[in-house]
Amino acid sequence: MRRIDYKLIEDLVPQGSTVLDLACGDGELLGQLIRDKGVRGSGVDVSQEAVEACVRRGLSVFHGDLDAGLADFADGSHDVVILSMSLQQLRRPRMIVREMVRVGRQAIVSFPNFAHWTPRLQLFAGGRMPVSRDLPYQWWDTPNIHLCTVKDFRALCLEEGLCVEHELFLRGVDKPPPQRAVLPNLMARVAIFAVTRC
Amino acid sequence: MTGGLTAARHPRTWVVMTAAKHPDRKEIGDVAMGLGADAGSAGIVRTRHVTFDQPGQELALEGGGTLAPFTVAYETYGKLSERRDNAILVTHALSGDAHVAGLHSANDRRPGWWDMMIGPGKGLDTDRYFVISSNVIGGCSGSTGPASENPATGRPYGTDFPIITIADMVNAQAMLLDQLGIDKLLAAVGGSMGGMQVLEWAVAHPERVHLCVPLATAARQPTQAIAFNEVGRQAIMADPDWRGGHYYDGKPPAKGLSVARMVGHITYLSDEAMQEKFGRRLRDIHDYSFTFSADFEVESYLRHQGLSFTNRFDANTYLYITRALDYFDLTRQHGSLVQAFRNVTARFLVLAFSSDWLHPPYQLKEIVSALRATHKHVSYYEVESHYGHDAFLLEREKIEGIIGAFLASGARTFAPPG
Repeated sequence: MRRIDYKLIEDLVPQGSTVLDLACGDGELLGQLIRDKGVRGSGVDVSQEAVEACVRRGLSVFHGDLDAGLADFADGSHDVVILSMSLQQLRRPRMIVREMVRVGRQAIVSFPNFAHWTPRLQLFAGGRMPVSRDLPYQWWDTPNIHLCTVKDFRALCLEEGLCVEHELFLRGVDKPPPQRAVLPNLMARVAIFAVTRC
Repeated sequence: MTGGLTAARHPRTWVVMTAAKHPDRKEIGDVAMGLGADAGSAGIVRTRHVTFDQPGQELALEGGGTLAPFTVAYETYGKLSERRDNAILVTHALSGDAHVAGLHSANDRRPGWWDMMIGPGKGLDTDRYFVISSNVIGGCSGSTGPASENPATGRPYGTDFPIITIADMVNAQAMLLDQLGIDKLLAAVGGSMGGMQVLEWAVAHPERVHLCVPLATAARQPTQAIAFNEVGRQAIMADPDWRGGHYYDGKPPAKGLSVARMVGHITYLSDEAMQEKFGRRLRDIHDYSFTFSADFEVESYLRHQGLSFTNRFDANTYLYITRALDYFDLTRQHGSLVQAFRNVTARFLVLAFSSDWLHPPYQLKEIVSALRATHKHVSYYEVESHYGHDAFLLEREKIEGIIGAFLASGARTFAPPG
């Protein structure tokens, strides 16, 4: 699957910048950023398989639990800190957003938008917790414990004193974004935010 | 090698080592490869020696003065490539030696100390890499140390042997590599004191090492480790047989060395591992003996570990090497760790073990943070294990994959000079 969301994140990252990718998984996005944007990048992940996969790709990766914060990373040590499609899986998402703008000048956060019309409809019409291609889990086995919406994230930024530099909305991680985002909180399956401290 | 729970897994089959008391040199004949060795074994190997006795081959020591002449015992596994781009140096811990993998003879019952990691198809795959291991200077397994002959007196050095440091050990290894025709290592890999040597390699010889894998170690010997070492040294020096370190014409201070080893051994384990392996089990008795004999299995195990250690290790070497450990501090010369790592070019994979209380993960993270401060290429992995410090010698399944992956990806970016 071609990850359009990765491409859009890549476009937001300045050439040659220092990048920290949180919950980097097997390092696909990070590897792409290093290859295409010449960034000096490293990742963080809690899983052994992910760390090993990154090492196999020749990436620099730190084995750590994001729920414990980013204590091992110094203030302002990176230009960009990325959290791709994992915010909803963390125990303390607000804390991690705060940590991201402490460690990095800019934070890029992408997440599935729970206010998209399909989960809304499933909950409204079916009366069941939404299950979809983007959120394929049952309520009892989902790792997505802190789902939020575009409006929720904007509200969090406001409360945290963060300025939103970019908002991008996708109809799916593999779908190109529409020319003009109409009713993003209803129409976007995926949102990408680039924020800084105001 | 720190020893460890490998023996405890089969407590009824402990084997007392019967090596010569001060094996200044191991002379083992060549035997055909493959005899008596399992698949995955590095096969039958032989310890070799190189002696540096030519003018200009003195080892200038960090503490002042020189060591000359001196001998380095080493073993190699696998084949050096034509481009000389596949050499990996494995550095040993306090009680280790050059025999890191394979067997010394077809009926050798004790493979090298990191045999689990080194051999065909293993993490350090000898089908791809040329692995080198040497006994440190100050050691007692073939390299020049306090039990070696002092050319000035014709008798063993004893405590006239100069104080050596981790940097001295590494400089001796560098001379060995010169001798083997290796300009630049693909990797340096080692745990505990071996990890300190790996760090020293990266700092002191940045142009000679491409990848570094320090495990269960620290950039400066922590206070608690100095404290335990001091207990060990005091035990040795309190033994009347120690005689100021000049005991080679008589009985060695076996009792003192044995106590030192017992203390050390405890620091290599963990509360959980000891609880699991020994609990409060009694040894061959149904009730307390109401004496001071070794009622508990853990006592018996430690006594055995201490005693068997005295059969293969020199007490003075224990003093010198623990001193080298205690003096190790990369911040000392450079002001800070970040500064110490400034000229490092090697890529790092740093491995910590969750239950290691001799070198807890925070000490490894300190290394990682300092490297990261100047944007060095560094990866960190914390292995979940209850084996304590010795985990790096035991947790094959948990470290082999990541080390193998690191070496393989690093080898792709390696071009040795010339």
